[in-house]
Amino acid sequence: MSFTIYLRCFNGIVLREALRFVHQKERFFSALVRPLVWLGIFAAGFRSVLGVSIIPPYETYIPYEVYIAPGLIAMIQLFNGMQSSLSMVYDREMGSMKTMLVSPIPRWFLLISKLLAGVFVSILQVYAFLVIASLWDIIPPISGYITILPALIISGLMLGSLGMFLSSAIKQLENFAGVMNFVIFPMFFASSALYPLWKIEETSEWLYYVCFYNPFTYAVESIRFSLYSQINIEYSIGIVIFTFIFLFLSILGYDPGRGNLQKKGGK
Amino acid sequence: MGCGHQSVNNFNMSTSALSIKNVSHNFGDFKALDKVSLEIRPGDFTVLLGLNGAGKTTLYSLITRLYNNNSGSIEIYGNNVRSESVKALRHIGVVFQQPTLDLDLSVRENLNYHSSLHGISKLDARKKIDKEIARINLNDQLKKKVRSLSGGQRRRVEIARALIHEPKLLLLDEPTVGLDIGSRQLILNHVKTLCKKNKLAVLWATHLIDEIDKGEKVVIIDKGKVLDSGNVEKIVKKTKTKNIREAFNKLVDIKI
Repeated sequence: MSFTIYLRCFNGIVLREALRFVHQKERFFSALVRPLVWLGIFAAGFRSVLGVSIIPPYETYIPYEVYIAPGLIAMIQLFNGMQSSLSMVYDREMGSMKTMLVSPIPRWFLLISKLLAGVFVSILQVYAFLVIASLWDIIPPISGYITILPALIISGLMLGSLGMFLSSAIKQLENFAGVMNFVIFPMFFASSALYPLWKIEETSEWLYYVCFYNPFTYAVESIRFSLYSQINIEYSIGIVIFTFIFLFLSILGYDPGRGNLQKKGGK
Repeated sequence: MGCGHQSVNNFNMSTSALSIKNVSHNFGDFKALDKVSLEIRPGDFTVLLGLNGAGKTTLYSLITRLYNNNSGSIEIYGNNVRSESVKALRHIGVVFQQPTLDLDLSVRENLNYHSSLHGISKLDARKKIDKEIARINLNDQLKKKVRSLSGGQRRRVEIARALIHEPKLLLLDEPTVGLDIGSRQLILNHVKTLCKKNKLAVLWATHLIDEIDKGEKVVIIDKGKVLDSGNVEKIVKKTKTKNIREAFNKLVDIKI
């Protein structure tokens, strides 16, 4: 099968995701409102409680809003990753996942295309957020708007592949609420999104290690450093490793032979 | 399918559109399919007749490689679904039991998406989509969102979609469920005409006995087993009944 055929397939999947994104305006706005509520309300109330000392990549004292912005960006991607996996569970129940899977093009390619399409949508959301966040004086150096892009791609891939793996493992659509409670909230709170890790270490050592090894922390920190045009090698390598693990598991989950697809009776 | 086995040997493999041999499938302890064999040749309209839960959808999932078959073999125009899945899948068009169109996208956007999944170029896709959509008389609906179409129209779009990449084997899983009599008849006639004109092999799964016409091939399946198969007349004669409805009742009842 030639390169052009793969390319057409990839374009088709991305175009479909983009069209769905355009048609579902509510999804776009709710994706924006969520981090803005955190920024406008939570951060305003919390800034007086928590003093943030100078930690890399920041060079001066920063307001709390500035500290949590990268965490909120990662949250946009986390929700997007989970939502596109929600749409996969939904798609599969509605059967349109089946139409994709019966394409003669290899399944791993279809899944990765779908994943990249979701990342593309999440990046649009993040830039929209950054524009509005500038009203709160969250203004990184101009170069940060460009250097954040690679970090967004890789963290989007990691969170998207996590969602895809979960979508192959979730039995029914109803259980997705459980994923919100058992995946999204713990990942978000047990990370460096809302408070620096050294603060957590002061309180509880085991919680510190949970946060430290949480893949979401890697996403948050990669985004934080890249927003200031810096790179943190450890986090970057970690995120790539996590991406490969989740991607491998999700391709396994959708494998017709051993996958979880059959355990559900395929409906 | 008793007679199926012999005909496999008599026919050159390339003449067989779909050849299923001794396929069994379990979900845990539940035996969904038990040594199913059947054979379809190009131009055959074959009805897979069975009640809900007989194993029809499982069989379709195996043919389309949503799951792997762990026993027996499935070949589409001589290509094994497991070992030559790319070639095998290229030949089939599928209409699933559940609706699978994107409701928020237009008819054309849905069909474009499907074309891209088969690697068809934009120009080529345009021609093919126009051709298929004209065949089902929905030209004026191309720009409309699928949500605004009726159930019967949506099904016709799904059939058109299944034909865009010019498959040689069309699989339909209970395509008329939930539709009114008019739409049912329209869709049934449409597919039967395609079958005759284009030498398309069709496997039509249903539990609606009145969709079977004289002279057609029927495979009766119940609890994962093929009870009988062949021409309607042959089955009626063999079971010593008056019509296929009675024959079906008799066959299925015996096994219950």
